[in-house]
Amino acid sequence: MSIDIKTAAVEEKRITFDHIARKLGEGKKPNRYQEVVFGQQPEEVFHYRPTWDPERELYDVRRTAIQMQDFEDLLDPRQYYYATYVIQRSRQQESQEKNYSVVEKRGLLDNISDELKENIKKVVVPFRHAEWGANMNNFHISSYGFQTPIASAATMQGMDRLGNAQYLTRIGLILSENDPAILDEAKELWLHDPMWQGLRKVIEDSFVIEDWFELHLLQNYLLDGVFHPLLFQHLENHIVTRGGAAFAMLTELFIDWYAESRRWTDATIKVAIDESDQNSKLMQSWTEKWKPEVVAAAQRIADAVFADQSEEVMRSILDELDDRSRKLGLLN
Amino acid sequence: MPENVFIALQNTPEAQPIIEAIVADNDNAVVNESPGMVKIDCPKRLVLRRETVEEKLGQEFNLQDIHLTLISLSGNIDEDEDEFVLHWDF
Amino acid sequence: MAKNQRRLNLSQKYQLMTRGLDWETTYQPMDKVFPYDKYEGIKITDWDKWQDPFRLTMDAYWKYQAEKERKLYAILDSVVQNNSQQNISDARYLNAVKIWMQGVTPLEYAAFRGFNMLGRGFRGAGARVACQFQAIDEMRHYQTQVHAFAHYNKFFNGFNQHARIRDRAWYLSIPKSYFEDAMTAGPFEFITAISFSFEYVLTNLLFMPFVSGAAHNGDMATTTFGFSAQSDESRHMTLGLEIVKFMLEQHEDNVPIVQEWLDKWFWRGYRLLGLIGTMMDYMLPKKVMSWRQAWEIYWEENGVALFNDLARYGIRMPKHHETATREKYRITHEFWSTIYQFSHATALYTWLPDEEEMDWLCAEYGELFEKLYKPRYEYWRELDARGERFFQKRLPVVCNVCQIPIFHTYPDDPCKNICLVSEYKGTKHQMCSEGCKDIFDREPEKYCQAYIPPQQIYQGNCGGATLEDYRKWLHIRDEDAGEYYGSEDNQLWEKWQAEAARV
Repeated sequence: MSIDIKTAAVEEKRITFDHIARKLGEGKKPNRYQEVVFGQQPEEVFHYRPTWDPERELYDVRRTAIQMQDFEDLLDPRQYYYATYVIQRSRQQESQEKNYSVVEKRGLLDNISDELKENIKKVVVPFRHAEWGANMNNFHISSYGFQTPIASAATMQGMDRLGNAQYLTRIGLILSENDPAILDEAKELWLHDPMWQGLRKVIEDSFVIEDWFELHLLQNYLLDGVFHPLLFQHLENHIVTRGGAAFAMLTELFIDWYAESRRWTDATIKVAIDESDQNSKLMQSWTEKWKPEVVAAAQRIADAVFADQSEEVMRSILDELDDRSRKLGLLN
Repeated sequence: MPENVFIALQNTPEAQPIIEAIVADNDNAVVNESPGMVKIDCPKRLVLRRETVEEKLGQEFNLQDIHLTLISLSGNIDEDEDEFVLHWDF
Repeated sequence: MAKNQRRLNLSQKYQLMTRGLDWETTYQPMDKVFPYDKYEGIKITDWDKWQDPFRLTMDAYWKYQAEKERKLYAILDSVVQNNSQQNISDARYLNAVKIWMQGVTPLEYAAFRGFNMLGRGFRGAGARVACQFQAIDEMRHYQTQVHAFAHYNKFFNGFNQHARIRDRAWYLSIPKSYFEDAMTAGPFEFITAISFSFEYVLTNLLFMPFVSGAAHNGDMATTTFGFSAQSDESRHMTLGLEIVKFMLEQHEDNVPIVQEWLDKWFWRGYRLLGLIGTMMDYMLPKKVMSWRQAWEIYWEENGVALFNDLARYGIRMPKHHETATREKYRITHEFWSTIYQFSHATALYTWLPDEEEMDWLCAEYGELFEKLYKPRYEYWRELDARGERFFQKRLPVVCNVCQIPIFHTYPDDPCKNICLVSEYKGTKHQMCSEGCKDIFDREPEKYCQAYIPPQQIYQGNCGGATLEDYRKWLHIRDEDAGEYYGSEDNQLWEKWQAEAARV
């Protein structure tokens, strides 16, 4: 009888790192997500005060008014770490790429009505700037957010928004057959057309919000919660039902993306609300402060696109948002 | 006066056609092998041509694919679809 | 509409996808939207002149990075399945990996957070996007490293308490203070420090010979993440060079500011890398390249060529580079001697070079090594043979800038210890070199804030006044520290070797 020692189990001295064992309890094996989001942000012995914020430490819990026993509780239900994130996105991107190239090669957008083309030019393409704003805001959250779970997820969210902005750019370029003038015109609208000024103002105001959790609530919950359904559910539906079925091939990714990202947004908001009444009140006050502006900004766009159905569209969006808010405890 | 630019690639089968292309297109290239990697030095200017890689590879090649095997480099970079150039300008 | 389908090249595609996205804000002033990019005095007249040489769009990024990650994790999984930790050259090697986990991985994390700030902070959209890519890359690096090292942690000591000692241990203040120095500066200084001085000028010295050394010593996990990370690094280095050229081209007033930063960060980086050089010279059982040789290739050849290229902007070689070059024959030996004496207060094991290694060191370092360092090691070996393994009883004086114990010697006299003093607001601050003293004197307000571990220990702020108390505060057990031979790692390794021999 021969025994192959090489294949025999090699005895392990410990299961995991000390800080993970303290977190999960002895004897528990962490998954790869837990391994990289716990215990990584430095906790003490900061050598110098930031020259850009001398009142605070480099990593400082006071950069939001939200208080948590443990900011590592703001976990991502998708459990994204870098590898699972890029692999997932690359898979999605591959199938999207096929859609884009079919629409492009077959000229599937060529035959839609001028009215629908105008919708894409005046509503869909300018929205790339809003996604760019979302990129900036998520990089604020990832920069100043406390602890790794929020910082890493916001980094990925920020990159996603750059990706979204670039996909919207491609939609424009497909429509214009690579004539960049379509982007310049969209930027003009973004900068000067009254229809966009409500949104541009909210976004520019959001750029100067310092509290990263307030910004998370405004950007990833309120703004996305209103504008993504407006554009990629209602406007998409409007275009598709009027003979623009090909458009759905280009926007499918936004629908999937939003459904996925809101799981993270909702989970983080819910954890913070459940933590304390104080957090809950604070978030309600932020919602009260920002929601009317966000809604008014969306209303202008809805009015321009949906005319007499505008009220109905907005009601449906807000009903859904309110339902969601009730579930999270943002609304009583 | 030191004047070399360099590119270092992982010593893998994937990198092989890239290394061969560099050697073919740069007369003064010097190849140094270490465990796991290959470093190629060249005075002042080193060029990697898409066409040459495609010849060696027998397939289409996207120059951005060098990111999969690239370890390091030194020199100012000019990159387009057809060429990846490292150069010093002094 | 005119049928005028135009094919876009890489540059045009990138231009359209990314550049036009930003706009000049009007509802809020730009200076409030970007509050941090002016206070350092760098003048940018036209951000649109910024050129990103790699021109990555998100779709390409996801595609390439996913491919890299699939390969990397396949290897990490196979390391676990095949117990590849048993295939390394020798368990001494792992102490280099421990330094990596304790000291370098936290720098990747810091870079992740630091580049996030730049990815929001720079006014120019192109520069911001480049920094965002780097931020998420750095997130990748710290994560892949944690995943790779998690396996070694199951068998060997010195990995398990890394999250605690990263902040607390005296010797890890060296890398920690380095990066915090950069992160607490403004965005332009940060990017000059990290992307240019560290990534472009110096990390080749870390990643290339050391990771090649990992390959040579059978460490598949480190080799794979190391080279894979380095492929991102080449993008980062290029960002460093581009941003420095950009600052220099934008305004002549930027030149002296950038020069001061290059002076500071060259020296700060060089000091930090002494630790890496020591890993290369002493901790790799199978050698690839000595620190001296790496310095000659990556600094004296490649680094100097880079500075030659920058001369046209009015940039000169960094201050004290001659000293760094002169020190190439001694710095790693002085460093190893120090770690050897103080390793009972670390989560590392140290040892004396064996005969073969001593020969290699003599061949690489010549007369100076034979005359100065070899006799010291031989003396310690005699002590060891008598059962009196040498450990320092007192705490070292550390440099108030680089945080390295002051073991250094005068540039022109390797037998005479150096310790320079600056007085600021009635307190004396010790420095290890002219380079560090210049840095202190330029920003005394910053460096007088530094947390100096030995002072804190003596003041009783680190768990108590004895070494035992200090180690307990660090969560380092007696068994995790000190001499390698006879240690738990050593015993486990011997056991595996014996089992393998039996088969």
